[in-house]
Amino acid sequence: MAVEKEKPSWGISPVVPGWYQAWERDSTLDLPPGSTAEGNVAPPAPYRSAAPGVITARMEDLLALARKNSLWPLTFGLACCAIEMMSTYMANHDLDRMGIVTWPSPRQSDVMIVAGTVVKKMAEPIRLLYEQMPEPKWVIAMGSCATNGGPYYRSYSVVMGVDHIVPVDVYIPGCPPRPEALMDGLLRLQDKIQHDARQYGGNNPHPPFRGDALPGGSVLERGSGASETGEAAGA
Amino acid sequence: MPSERLLDACATLRADPSLSFDYLRCLSVVDYEDRFQVVYHLWSREHRHKLVLKVDTTVESPSVPSVTGVWRGADWFEREGHDLFGVEFPGHPDPRVLILYEDFEGFPGRKSFPFHDYQEW
Ligand code: SF4
Repeated sequence: MAVEKEKPSWGISPVVPGWYQAWERDSTLDLPPGSTAEGNVAPPAPYRSAAPGVITARMEDLLALARKNSLWPLTFGLACCAIEMMSTYMANHDLDRMGIVTWPSPRQSDVMIVAGTVVKKMAEPIRLLYEQMPEPKWVIAMGSCATNGGPYYRSYSVVMGVDHIVPVDVYIPGCPPRPEALMDGLLRLQDKIQHDARQYGGNNPHPPFRGDALPGGSVLERGSGASETGEAAGA
Repeated sequence: MPSERLLDACATLRADPSLSFDYLRCLSVVDYEDRFQVVYHLWSREHRHKLVLKVDTTVESPSVPSVTGVWRGADWFEREGHDLFGVEFPGHPDPRVLILYEDFEGFPGRKSFPFHDYQEW
């Protein structure tokens, strides 16, 4: 037993209070030996050691491990937050070491970092880019503009949060968030991917969002590939 | 300056060798509530002098002839003026919406625009 306790957690960061409450209360998940369901416990490692040199793992855990360590964000920026995002990609902060490589096409991207003010004119292209990304896909709202409109709250031209257009997984506060905050958001997203694989069996459930109110009609209504998300939002 | 004489004046300002205002630095619209004023900032690269031209127009049907034939750079300035203030620029070669989206109603540059009860999503 003592040997099992020292087993590394394979890169999964410890649980933050209030963050993974659902995880902690789920009795179907096998907790590491010695820990209890109460309190702040480390999440279970995706691997179990069956014998020396032999490990077993669930398929969705392995898939999640692969996905979360090769997040490719779609390269685009909308306003001043994008400057901070660029500096996060650069050598000083170096996202490459987390397997995060920007990709200039939505067709091969996994995560969309909405960095900046979403004006209503840009709402439809953003929705279109989101539709073009293959599943599984995640969205990070970076900065107060993308979260709720920020300094432009109730402006005539700005969408009050990108979650009116696309479902958002991680919100990063700040105006602009520092590169460390963006990196923290990406790490949270990695945790979420691993957690969702456990909780939902490999499916990537999109978080609820406020609807697809788009000026001039939705992209979905124009028939460019209605997805599950869009239909749920329309219903 | 009355807007009927604007085009003649602009052509002279541009063509006269002693004036030769060949660069339109800025074109803006001002809302004085009882009238709109279109302001042209001109610059001469040759003589390095500048001139500000102001044209008044009415609130009911704001309309000023387009100067894109004189300075091609007035194109987007005038489209912006039309978007935000609703000033018509007859003679503009491409009077589409520039910065607002297609179905936008109202003119947010005007002082009468309802900014404070604007709650659309
Ligand atoms: S949150 Fe602040 S820094 Fe980011 S896009 Fe908005 S205004 Fe710019």
